[in-house]
Amino acid sequence: MKTDQLISALSADRLAPTRPIDRSILLALLGGSALAAVVFALRLNVRADAVESLGEWRFVMKFIVTLGLALPATSLLLRSARPLSGRMPWWLLLIAPLILGIGVASELMSIPSAAWSRRLVGHNAMYCLALIPLLSIAPLVWVFAALKRGAPERPGVAGAVSGLVCSGIAAALYATHCSDDSPLFVATWYVIAIGVVTLIASFVGSRLLRW
Amino acid sequence: MDRQQREHEWTLWMRAALQGDEQSYRRLLSSLSQGLRVIVRSRLQRLGSTPSEAEDVVQEILLALHLKRNTWDPQTQLAPWVAAITRNKLVDTFRRRGQREEIQIDSVIDSLQSGSASDDTDAADVERMLGELSPQQRDIVRSIAIEGRGAQETAAKLRMTEVAVRVALHRSLKALAARFRSDG
Repeated sequence: MKTDQLISALSADRLAPTRPIDRSILLALLGGSALAAVVFALRLNVRADAVESLGEWRFVMKFIVTLGLALPATSLLLRSARPLSGRMPWWLLLIAPLILGIGVASELMSIPSAAWSRRLVGHNAMYCLALIPLLSIAPLVWVFAALKRGAPERPGVAGAVSGLVCSGIAAALYATHCSDDSPLFVATWYVIAIGVVTLIASFVGSRLLRW
Repeated sequence: MDRQQREHEWTLWMRAALQGDEQSYRRLLSSLSQGLRVIVRSRLQRLGSTPSEAEDVVQEILLALHLKRNTWDPQTQLAPWVAAITRNKLVDTFRRRGQREEIQIDSVIDSLQSGSASDDTDAADVERMLGELSPQQRDIVRSIAIEGRGAQETAAKLRMTEVAVRVALHRSLKALAARFRSDG
């Protein structure tokens, strides 16, 4: 086939995508988060003392950290879906660790060292490790479907960043259920769960998101 | 026409194309294909490729520009985005042959302008890939691309609805792009 002939076929194709990739990804994130919330509501519940715990800094900090990861990472995700992502503002990913670091320092100063390990181990570490990845699945699948319409400059990076966004959202959801509020617990188990999801998403992305 | 004017024209054509202006789109793709041909040929020289192999890569890039046009931000200039897609596809081409190639976006943008290489070389791989489509998809692509019929006319000839023809055309183009990828 000659190139002019291909061009005739291309210009006759009215079904080529026109919806901007940013919008596809944001819709996927909304849909995926809603679905994760439904999964949460079917199987889990918001803990009974959630409202009175809003006065407790440790409880509130779980949301600041997890959403402080998911929201800035979303801006990286939108860039990573393009063939020319430009300068990625990676420093945005420092926000969550910084806040968590301050939380850990405050915790270490406010409780005796004898109580540190009990707080770190917590009550539900295994639930945390299982449920954050499970709640990540719906948003991740949806976001990957949107990214298939994109043209990521580095597919593995796009996968990893989706992992951060989706596990951040999943962790925020799980935090409403989880009774362990200590920053020591969050800095251990939440971080491991988010790390695992991000690694897997990066691997899957490098395979699946080539275009 | 100077460089900036030309680049601006491309941007305007693509904006119009996204609004459904077929003529602008055809003009844009023809204009880009000439520069792409120059770039691809000069890069592939190192691999000792034939003009027909180079034309395959030009067509692969055009397919990607078409199917990924939603990743261009209409608020920005078109040329850097075209160059990024081109670079990606060239690097893939080298990788498929077990080679690495460093390509700077800026050098691609520069060469996009330099082209006036019209050509009627057949792309060999694309021809073979067409043969691997379903008979109906092949008939539709041939009718529209090679015989120059419109979608409506093609639909009448093949006793299909126009919508079905357009859906089949789009699927065929996606299949061609996927075929390039899996050839690696």
